Amino acid sequence: MSGNTNASLFEFLLRQGDNTLVLGQRLSEWCGHGPVLEEDIALANIALDLVGQTQLWLALACEVEGTGRSADDLAMLRDVWDFRNLLLVEQPNRDFGMTILRQFLFDQWHLLQLHALAESSEDRVAAIATKAEREVRYHVERSSEAVIALGDGTEESHGRMQGALDRLTPYIGEMFEADAVDAALVRDGVAPEPARLKPAYDSAVAAVLSEATLSMPSVPVAQTGGRSGKRHTEHLGHMLTQMQWLQRAYPGAEW
Amino acid sequence: MYAQMIKSEATDEDPEKLAAFQARIDAGEKIEPKDWMPAGYRKTLIRQIGQHAHSEIVGQLPEGNWITRAPTLERKAILLAKVQDEAGHGLYLYCAAETLGVSRDELTEMLLDGRMKYSSIFNYPTLTWADMGAVGWLVDGAAIMNQVPLQRTSYGPYARAMVRICKEESFHQRQGFAIMMKMAEGTEAQRRMAQDALNRFWYPALMMFGPSDKDSVHSAQSMRWRIKMNTNDELRQKFVNESVPQAKLLGLTVPDPELRWNEEKGGYDYSEPDWSEFFAVIQGHGPCNTDRIEARNKAWDDGAWVREGMLAHARKKAAVRVAAE
Repeated sequence: MSGNTNASLFEFLLRQGDNTLVLGQRLSEWCGHGPVLEEDIALANIALDLVGQTQLWLALACEVEGTGRSADDLAMLRDVWDFRNLLLVEQPNRDFGMTILRQFLFDQWHLLQLHALAESSEDRVAAIATKAEREVRYHVERSSEAVIALGDGTEESHGRMQGALDRLTPYIGEMFEADAVDAALVRDGVAPEPARLKPAYDSAVAAVLSEATLSMPSVPVAQTGGRSGKRHTEHLGHMLTQMQWLQRAYPGAEW
Repeated sequence: MYAQMIKSEATDEDPEKLAAFQARIDAGEKIEPKDWMPAGYRKTLIRQIGQHAHSEIVGQLPEGNWITRAPTLERKAILLAKVQDEAGHGLYLYCAAETLGVSRDELTEMLLDGRMKYSSIFNYPTLTWADMGAVGWLVDGAAIMNQVPLQRTSYGPYARAMVRICKEESFHQRQGFAIMMKMAEGTEAQRRMAQDALNRFWYPALMMFGPSDKDSVHSAQSMRWRIKMNTNDELRQKFVNESVPQAKLLGLTVPDPELRWNEEKGGYDYSEPDWSEFFAVIQGHGPCNTDRIEARNKAWDDGAWVREGMLAHARKKAAVRVAAE
């Protein structure tokens, strides 16, 4: 594998691992504060899956990088500009509606992406994707059901869900953006062309929203800059101050 | 122990029925939801199982406090799994209580307005990462002491819930001890953190077993009914006997200058906790009582629209199904 290809693969693995890391961290903020016990447990369960997937993606990133960094080093010792997650997943929880809608928008894309990655020419990527896909299938089922129930539920729940959709829709476009990293991965058969996932995504999302009686707003401009690392939102830095605090305060300690 | 100071209810039913009921218990039979039971037995159990369930739920808070700050991905995953287990324990226990004719929502409301209690231990703050170790090691350790015998308690659904819970609790205790071990072998700062956590959690852990037997007024009836299996002091002594050697293994000092092995009784002599502190915490004046109840109330109030929305959707779907039939 050429150095250039390796660099692209590393970048891709950061994107994968950072998505699951940042979203897992967000969901874990809910632990003990959910609206009902079953939801509390389910959110923790999904967070746990995502943290587990993070360990796999970031460990592979370290293997590909080959400089001796560990998955924990990547998670705990990088600053905002080195993170490569979608802006969507770093959005704050706000209320349960915003949390579950963010989850739904991500899960639908995540499942399609993992399904395609299971066929990756890079065996190690395919192996992680195959394992993660099984978990994410359940995530999609859960978040879709919740969006339908709350969209269709009461006037208040409908209003909150529509508000969440209006607020988060600008972050969808970034999922289908492509750059030189993607071009290299597509060329080598490692990952699918991001835009290729869009028709299936749009139709899956539309089906759920229709049942939920929610309408997709039109968005003139997509907010992007997370997966390229060019410009994150202000929210990520605050998350990192909390997540990385122990490692930063006690450098070199083992836990 | 997650149930403290459970008041046993007197009962004034038909003496023959009561005698037959007691005979079943003495014979080691399990009482099941549909069986006749004295009103006092039912009420006492609702109080005890409810308090235990509430302890699991409120107990999510001090540990949940550290999930977002866990130092490594693995520690984060383990802690998340543990706190999620506790929510699951709450769920089994609320289900067990529901078999006695009280709903989860009723119990929750009694927790939120202060009519029902939860274990005093969860009114102490978790201040450093070492507290995640101390809570697992000492708090779950103390809980196991109480819960293992409760697997043989007379009420079937409670006993069966305990079997599931005990399996998971012993994993929790081991992970707590593993955190303490790592800290005790770590840097100077980590060792200080570990010792500080032991200093703060030792006496509150001893208080988990409830007041001294001489002041424990509700035990006798509950023990006859086999919903309390051992006295508070018996369990506390057992806990001290097991924990002191573990502290030594960690190279930590139990914060009790009076602690010494007593060959004659085959156990350690130890200092009693400050019982005035215990009663203050029970009455709502511990370091975190207000924070804990405020957090639970906020979760409940903020979640009202979610619960109502889900219920409304379920009703609409049921109506559509009925119309289609």
